[in-house]
Amino acid sequence: MTRRKAKRELDAGRRRFLGMAAIASFALAPGVRLIGSAQSSSPASARANSKVRWGLLIDTNKCSETCQACVSACASYNGWKNEGRPTDPQWIRKVAIRDSETGLARTLPVLCQHCAEPACVEVCPTGASFRRADGIVLVDRHICIGCRYCMMACPFKARSFVHQNLTDQRPQAPRGIGTVEGCTMCVPRIDAGKVPACVEACAREGRGAMTFGDLNDRNSAIRRNIAAYSTTRFRADLDLDPSVQYQGL
Amino acid sequence: MREPRFHEVEGRSLAYWGLAALLAAIVAAGLTAAYFMEHIGHIITGMTNQIVWGVPHVVAVFLIVSASGVLNVASIASVFGKAPYKLLARLSALLAIALLIGGLSILVLDLGHPDRLIVAMTHYNFTSIFAWNIFLYLGFIAVSAAYLLVMMERRLNSYSRPVGMVAFLWRLVLTTGTGSIFGFLVSREAYDEAILAPLFVAMSFSFGLAIFIIVLMAAYRWTQRPLGGAILERLRNLLGVFAAGVLYFLLVYHVTKLYEAKHRGFEYFILGTGGIYTLLFWIGAIFLGGMVPIFLFYLARYRHSRAAIGAGALAIILGGLALIYDTIIGAQAYPLTIFPGMQVSSSFYDGVVNAYTPSLPECALGLGGVALTLLIVVSAVRLFRILPENLADIAFDLDPHEIGATPNRGALWAPADGR
Repeated sequence: MTRRKAKRELDAGRRRFLGMAAIASFALAPGVRLIGSAQSSSPASARANSKVRWGLLIDTNKCSETCQACVSACASYNGWKNEGRPTDPQWIRKVAIRDSETGLARTLPVLCQHCAEPACVEVCPTGASFRRADGIVLVDRHICIGCRYCMMACPFKARSFVHQNLTDQRPQAPRGIGTVEGCTMCVPRIDAGKVPACVEACAREGRGAMTFGDLNDRNSAIRRNIAAYSTTRFRADLDLDPSVQYQGL
Repeated sequence: MREPRFHEVEGRSLAYWGLAALLAAIVAAGLTAAYFMEHIGHIITGMTNQIVWGVPHVVAVFLIVSASGVLNVASIASVFGKAPYKLLARLSALLAIALLIGGLSILVLDLGHPDRLIVAMTHYNFTSIFAWNIFLYLGFIAVSAAYLLVMMERRLNSYSRPVGMVAFLWRLVLTTGTGSIFGFLVSREAYDEAILAPLFVAMSFSFGLAIFIIVLMAAYRWTQRPLGGAILERLRNLLGVFAAGVLYFLLVYHVTKLYEAKHRGFEYFILGTGGIYTLLFWIGAIFLGGMVPIFLFYLARYRHSRAAIGAGALAIILGGLALIYDTIIGAQAYPLTIFPGMQVSSSFYDGVVNAYTPSLPECALGLGGVALTLLIVVSAVRLFRILPENLADIAFDLDPHEIGATPNRGALWAPADGR
């Protein structure tokens, strides 16, 4: 009799436990489902195509000294602001160069060169700096610890560190204090089938000095131009194989 | 050699608690600085998008490099079999752990996201020498702690030699790794040189031993325990060789750079036109860090002067800080060469020497790391049997007359009672 009573109590306990487990499963399932969906959709990696290598060709002959269209468009699209302080970010900048012997002078935009062998990716301790399958070099701001080793390593000074709290961020370009950032080639625009904001602005307001396209596609305008004209890759001595090339230097 | 007796320091005096309180206050100032740097941002430091590593990195690298070097004293005993150094081995291992913790604390608290330390521990990119260094640093603390344990626990004493050997090899790899953080950076004129790794090893030997000597002299003076002249003079002779070693590697490094036309601009900057960086190189690294200690250590006039040993060690520390300041900040001040042979200008400070003024918070963070190191040492010598009761020459079975040392009496740093 006592044994039967004990068994009944045990069964009741099991039922209560199973009931609570069922309720908990119903409560947690949507969350688990959401995490699963978020992981599976992972937009950046899912849309990057390893057969493509995005690149830029900049014709310095067409780049006007006074034009800042590419810089303004980048700042506006990505939400960064340069107020002239050395702590301000500059994802793209106009650089004036002059050969002191010949007097040859040019202005040209300098941005992340999206190298095939990026020094920033090699040195990043956590893997926050990474190269997408389509050649775009990005920073995963969720695992960037803000050590700035990538900034020490980049030969082009293409990266900036966010020195203070941010306001007025753009939804398409999330940024964060204490992390490193740089040109993303406007990756959301590329994934949507558009060209980077700087290229669009250069065509609209400048003289169309920037050509964007797939370096692997023999029929693309960028590939044809690179084949037809002599182009320059900065710091070619380092063999980093940049995706950004310059014409007219 | 007699069985050495190690004893905790009493640590009841007002001076002891005053020192501990002062160090704790500096640590608190460092933590406060780190708090503001994290919540307001690095805008409150002197660091910029041009000078991305500043004073915190200088102090941190100095402490980390010294940490591996200070362990040499223990290695001399257990790896190279020099029995007299056994008495100093515990302090050597303790200092190694404390210096590394102090240096790492600064590095971590200077991160843009110190709160993501767990990310750094769980996400590794094995092409990064920085990631390898995380392993090397944590491993070094573990190996040094094990080394200290086998030295302090009588039943484990027999393992001193193998554990000491592991610690010695580990420390060589660690400093090679720290030097390679810079040596592997191909983009900057100052770096991209394999010789940076052995230069850092030589620096670690020199800075570590200098710190060891200063701490040893201070500890024995303040605790009124006897410290013989002969062992100090042995350490001094070694330190002179290490300081000369640093000068040698520096010479090779700069001559190599000068030989290559593409690096001459940088060399002219550091050696001639670099303002504060040139001053730090000649007055700091060469004069204070090399020539002053070598003269003080080897001139017959100062042969038996403890003050000269202390002053020489201090000069090496100051010169070492100047050298690392030049190595880290001077290297960033010099503009990147993106367009060789061209005059360059931009809104992002291309083509110009980058300005840098250290701010109070970052100096506080750096000093906080130093204070943390010393606080660990001050606490540990009170809690554990780190320091031998007697380091007079007789404790080592060293004959002071053999090497010409004056045993305590007449030594400038000896306690007033002549012990």
